[in-house]
Amino acid sequence: MTYESLATFAQQGGSAYFALMFAIVCIYALWPKNKKKFDDAALMPLVTDNDAPLIVEK
Amino acid sequence: MSDATLAVPLRLNGLGKPGQRIDVLIVSVICVLGLLWGISATALAHDLGMRVIAAIFTIAFAGGLFAISFAGSKGNLAIDEAVYLDGVIKAGVIAASFWGIVGMLVGVIIASQLAFPDFLYFKEFGFLNFGRLRPIHTSGVIFAFGGNVLIATSFYVVQRTSRARLFGGLLGSFVFWGYNLVIVTAATGYILGVTSGQEYAEPNWVVDIWLTIVWVAYLVVFLGTLWKRKEPHIYVANWFYLAFIVTIAILHLVNNLAVPTSPWSSKAYSLFSGVQNAMTQWWYGHNAVGFFLTAGFLGIMYYFVPKRAERPVYSYQLSIIHFWALIFTYMWAGPHHLHYTALPQWVQTLGMTFSIILWMPSWGGMINGLMTLSGAWDKLRTDPVLRMLVASIAFYGMSTFEGPAMSIRAVNSLSHYTDWTIGHVHSGALGWVGMVSFGALYCLTPWLWKRKRLYSEKLVEAHFWLSTIGILFYITSMWVSGIMQGLMWRAYNEFGFLQYSFVESVKAMKPYYIIRATGGLMFMAGACVMAYNLWRTAKGDVAASEPITEAQEA
Amino acid sequence: MLLKNHGIFERHSLILTLGIVLVVSIGGLIEIAPMFKIESTIEEVDGVRPYTPLELVGRNVYVREGCYTCHSQMIRSLRDEVERYGHYSLAAESMYDHPFQWGSKRTGPDLARVGGKYSDAWQVDHLADPRSVVPESVMPPYEFLKHKVVSADHIGDHLMANVRVGVPYTQGAIDSAAADLMAQADPMADSSGLQSRYGGKVNARDFDGDAAKVTEMDALVAYLQVLGTMVDFTTYKPETADNLR
Repeated sequence: MTYESLATFAQQGGSAYFALMFAIVCIYALWPKNKKKFDDAALMPLVTDNDAPLIVEK
Repeated sequence: MSDATLAVPLRLNGLGKPGQRIDVLIVSVICVLGLLWGISATALAHDLGMRVIAAIFTIAFAGGLFAISFAGSKGNLAIDEAVYLDGVIKAGVIAASFWGIVGMLVGVIIASQLAFPDFLYFKEFGFLNFGRLRPIHTSGVIFAFGGNVLIATSFYVVQRTSRARLFGGLLGSFVFWGYNLVIVTAATGYILGVTSGQEYAEPNWVVDIWLTIVWVAYLVVFLGTLWKRKEPHIYVANWFYLAFIVTIAILHLVNNLAVPTSPWSSKAYSLFSGVQNAMTQWWYGHNAVGFFLTAGFLGIMYYFVPKRAERPVYSYQLSIIHFWALIFTYMWAGPHHLHYTALPQWVQTLGMTFSIILWMPSWGGMINGLMTLSGAWDKLRTDPVLRMLVASIAFYGMSTFEGPAMSIRAVNSLSHYTDWTIGHVHSGALGWVGMVSFGALYCLTPWLWKRKRLYSEKLVEAHFWLSTIGILFYITSMWVSGIMQGLMWRAYNEFGFLQYSFVESVKAMKPYYIIRATGGLMFMAGACVMAYNLWRTAKGDVAASEPITEAQEA
Repeated sequence: MLLKNHGIFERHSLILTLGIVLVVSIGGLIEIAPMFKIESTIEEVDGVRPYTPLELVGRNVYVREGCYTCHSQMIRSLRDEVERYGHYSLAAESMYDHPFQWGSKRTGPDLARVGGKYSDAWQVDHLADPRSVVPESVMPPYEFLKHKVVSADHIGDHLMANVRVGVPYTQGAIDSAAADLMAQADPMADSSGLQSRYGGKVNARDFDGDAAKVTEMDALVAYLQVLGTMVDFTTYKPETADNLR
């Protein structure tokens, strides 16, 4: 592998990989079905009765 | 106490029998092995540095064994799954306050050494010289102060958002004490001249191995708590903490590969040399900023800002995009520390490109943090702690704007090697990391010690202004001195010769070094005010001039 | 609500951890791995040799005292730097530097080519009390190095450790490391062995003005005096294709 081809691969490959990953993340984050899940999750720090762990009876 | 008291800490499916305390066993075995190593290394050490470090390890492991057996005999090792493990977090809050002041004090000392070299150096011994104290300052504020804040807050956040007690029983305390042992041994080594000679990765090979053990335990405790969680979703703050823990492990392992001259010598030669070493070191160095000082503290932002403002984060979707884009992009940015050097140019270009891209996720996160307050801006007037948190996000935005600008080759040719870099680091470190940590400590102390509020909010106010003005002194003086250095070094006179000798640029720095030391002193004074305030809060005092209001009573 | 999938490893957190590892490792791999394709990273030049035992001890003093916190050893390919400090640094010149000491800050000047620029006596005076020579200096004093006698006890171990990380010391160099260490700073000693192992250009003399003992001052000055002097730039041709960046 020559110096030039290595450099080209790294730069183009890196950019393509970044674009791909970014697209996947955006789709996941903005997927309408996930909206409810995320809205619930955003409230997690605000749960008021959280001074003790939740003990679930088996 | 509920039935859950009997739960076995490390008994994931199939691991260990009920009633067996694998956590106690593991920690005890580590302490016994460490004690044996410590005694041998103290006896056989080739050099003073190794002997002292080994002796500290010996004392610590002996103390650990004693503490375990003492606590066991008193029945204090029992695990109550019905309550959160908060003791270790309280210890973290105290340790963070202590190390913060120590680290900042050393910073003020070395800043003063550059301003007044005649007063603060001693000819006859080396251990108080700038070169040995500087790693104590950097490790002290980054790893000792920042690290304890991260351990304490991550343990707090992961328990609350998982609705489960910290996993691993005794391992939580092991992580805290083990990590602080890293700090003590590393700092002692620096004073004695034991260093790996790589910036921000200075601890020697023995301490590096110990940190690896502690870090694995940290990962187990954190992941284990997530495994126990009672909520279906893992809250995003935990993503940032997890990325911080995992990535720091990778960086630490690769960058610190070294071959010691003997098992009993403190000196080791790094596996990589020259240009390869430069690449791994700045990949490490830049991502220590990215994952220790950014991702970890963003975890704090995503929990403490919504909690304090009593409203959910502005956009949870944005926080997900922020997370992945940030951790992806940071990893590529390291080579901007090596512009115009012997590093191949394509790597420099790649580093620069991604450093500029990095501006976007950084600002995405900043907007997300700031906009969390939308509709509640009035709280900024009434709550000085929230104001501290918001100011930290503003400084985050400022330094993540400056950073990409400085990574551009043309800018970097001027800024590199100068005080501008120092100023940039401190706008991030004091403004972002420092203030978000202060905010978190102000939140945590009343919560952990079950107080209605802080001892004094006026003192928080005083701290806020001391810090802010201190930072402004610091970064403006470093901007001026840095740009001046860069311009003086490249100035030509009318005959085409370099206009200034190097030492003329040193001489020109003197007033700025004095202003910088003053700014640092103010910032440290602020931290002392905070420590006093937190101490009185923990004691349960309330400032007489600020009686508890009805709202706080509720 | 309790999760269904409580195996030893819970699914979500594991996916998250794996995702983080995948995302963060690629960038580093793409940038770091090619660096080890040595031929394209480090140009071929004559003259770069491993440090002599005395220089290595001096280098360790340099690392120990944290000189890298204020001095760089990397001259960038910028006009003013080349005029101020000399030829820009080549990757090959630090190929035996474990760890590298390129530095990141110039509170003091770059030292990549400080070798031979000042006399030994100037270096010793300056290190012992910087402001006696340069009044505006902010450098700490290193007087104590004059009194710290260098021990040759474990120097062989140091060369061996360097061999393990890839520095080509010969068996002969390791065997005579202690002798070479002492010979280089002793004007009375026979330095022919030292020169046969490290080349005729090697500096062998009393560096610190105290011939009675070999001190850390000897070692540090010996190291400073060799910095940047190994490559002969009168014969180095940067225009060859290999060296183009």
